[in-house]
Amino acid sequence: MAKADVTQAEGDLHLERLTKQFGDFVAVHDLSLVVPQGSFFALLGPSGCGKTTTLRMVAGLEDPTAGTIRIGDTEITHQKPYRRPVNTVFQNYALFPHMTIYDNVAFGLKRRGVKDVKQQVADALDLIQLSQVAQRKPAQLSGGQQQRVALARAIVNRPAVLLLDEPLGALDLKLRRQMQLELKRIQTEVGLTFIHVTHDQEEAMTMADSVAVMNNGIIEQLGPPTELYESPQTVFVANFLGQSNLFQATVKETDGEEIVLEDPDGMFRMPKKRVAAGVDTSTGRKVLVGVRPEKISIGPLAEAAAAPTDGNYVDGVIENASFLGVSTQYQVRTEGGEHIDVFAQNLDVHGLLAHGAEVRLTWRPHHGFVLAPDQDIHAGVEVGAGVSG
Amino acid sequence: MSAPTTPVPVASKPPTGVRIRNWIGNNLLRIYAVLAFIYLLLPVMYTFVFSFNDSGKSNLTWVGFTWNNWTNPCGAPDVCESVINSISVGLVVTLVATMLGTLIAFALVRHRFRGRTTTNLLIFLPMATPEVVLGSSLLTLFLNILVPLGFWTVVIAHIMFCISFVVVTVKARLSSLDANIEQAAMDLYASEWQAFRRITLPLVAPGIAAAALLAFSLSFDDFIITNFNSGQFTTFPKFIYVADKRGIPAQAYVIASAMFFIALAIVLIGQFASRRRKEG
Ligand SMILES: Nc1ncnc2c1ncn2[C@@H]1O[C@H](COP(=O)(O)OP(=O)(O)O)[C@@H](O)[C@H]1O
Ligand SMILES: [Mg+2]
Repeated sequence: MAKADVTQAEGDLHLERLTKQFGDFVAVHDLSLVVPQGSFFALLGPSGCGKTTTLRMVAGLEDPTAGTIRIGDTEITHQKPYRRPVNTVFQNYALFPHMTIYDNVAFGLKRRGVKDVKQQVADALDLIQLSQVAQRKPAQLSGGQQQRVALARAIVNRPAVLLLDEPLGALDLKLRRQMQLELKRIQTEVGLTFIHVTHDQEEAMTMADSVAVMNNGIIEQLGPPTELYESPQTVFVANFLGQSNLFQATVKETDGEEIVLEDPDGMFRMPKKRVAAGVDTSTGRKVLVGVRPEKISIGPLAEAAAAPTDGNYVDGVIENASFLGVSTQYQVRTEGGEHIDVFAQNLDVHGLLAHGAEVRLTWRPHHGFVLAPDQDIHAGVEVGAGVSG
Repeated sequence: MSAPTTPVPVASKPPTGVRIRNWIGNNLLRIYAVLAFIYLLLPVMYTFVFSFNDSGKSNLTWVGFTWNNWTNPCGAPDVCESVINSISVGLVVTLVATMLGTLIAFALVRHRFRGRTTTNLLIFLPMATPEVVLGSSLLTLFLNILVPLGFWTVVIAHIMFCISFVVVTVKARLSSLDANIEQAAMDLYASEWQAFRRITLPLVAPGIAAAALLAFSLSFDDFIITNFNSGQFTTFPKFIYVADKRGIPAQAYVIASAMFFIALAIVLIGQFASRRRKEG
């Protein structure tokens, strides 16, 4: 049989201005990103945002409408899928049902005419701890086992880039957590570039070195998980990753490295470096201010008013308190009419604050963030699962 | 003789009527199955038994047992010629209809093209049209374009209605296949051709084989369309129909019985093979 002629390439994966249209519908719009060689990269976004389409373009199963794809210096934009040093773990595994597990894993090696197929397959099955089922057919394995076989079948080829399309989507929660750790272990062990597609923000944050948050065919923000969480640049990211309190405010003045903002509840200070890129903060401009619920501390108003408060604060009344064990979740209605969520650790400082209690909410200026005002405040709310306590 | 043992305690039995009713209730499905099988198999059994009838010309009443019909199945005039005709037609039809039908099925399932929905509908047309209508309209066509009736007109007519069945059978198998599987093969360095040969073809093969068997048996069995379009050419069903006027020779019963057992053997082998494949 003819040996497949596979392109040799290594280095970072570059997607440059990649666009994919289906008829009039733009599934991926002018997308650019760089995935560093050897990193665990997550592509995170709600269902239908174009994640699979992006992966399929990298795999060669979909032809880009515009843009280029490179691995290192080698362009592969329009190459056939079987010439690319890229392998995929499909969403539904797509194992070959008529072949044994051994033959499934050996398939890619044989097509390339590799010599020590037996040894490499044995090593790959070892890696996923499934050597004992080598002679079985896929239908005789559990979902979790099939998932691992799909992984081994791709990894055994040592591709320059490994694509995983929601590989854990079909597994139940417990198995999913277990496989997350296992995937991470395997990636560290083999040192390949992994691009992991998921709509589960918790999965993306626990596993990936860097995460690209995707929405409606574009990348909203790209960075390490902590950076995305602490400094979201858009409302979508602020709501999709975890939960955020967002409210409108007006820029009152600039004071050195800080800006002073005003809303019906009073004045806030915010470091300039907490302002999202490109947001106009000249005096009189409207902006959105965001604070995560767990960054806010809550206390009885009487107590707080007696002591000097450092940082930003607003006063309000508790509308709802749910005791969750490790934490308590409060909903507070401020004097200015905003609804603010607060997650308070149960440190036994104030005990449980009751419904209707007058409280002061305080947070450090650098715990907030400032976003552009022209966005839907609820973008990404219902699609993100939320890390709620 | 051993000493009398202690009497076994007898449980109080329900009255006989109730017991019979219970028994029927418990075995109703089994009784029904046996009756259904008798109904289905009685004509076949009759054919088989009468294939041993030492009947001479007409095989309508039981005369006596003989092996002669089986040892000399071509004994009656024209029986074997008609069988050979039927088999030849069947083989050509199976080959062509299976090939064309499989290609159509692939096109319909794997490709989006103009007129795909229409083609999908048209495929059902020959299955839905009464055979008499198909047969007579084909005859009109052949007469009008001055094609002499015979082997080839029968073949053309059979291919026409067999293709539909092949398409439907292969399509069912193909649609149940995950298109991702082929793409996975290409992702693993298999060219389009290799992916087809190593992945798609083995997975669709049972469907193609089933379609081929179906095409052959449909062709072998057909009488109405054949009768319109065959002229002097005689197939096995046509031979029996014609022979019926003078009395069907016992040799025809031999061939019919043999056909039944061959078909049965094919089904059993198929079942056995598919079970082994699943276990292997
Ligand atoms: N072959 C196709 N033809 C038309 N539309 C498509 C095709 N593939 C995907 N789409 C559309 O593109 C959008 C993005 O799809 P996809 O990349 O699968 O999303 P995700 O994987 O993020 O859920 C969806 O709205 C989907 O309906
Ligand atoms: Mg998807």
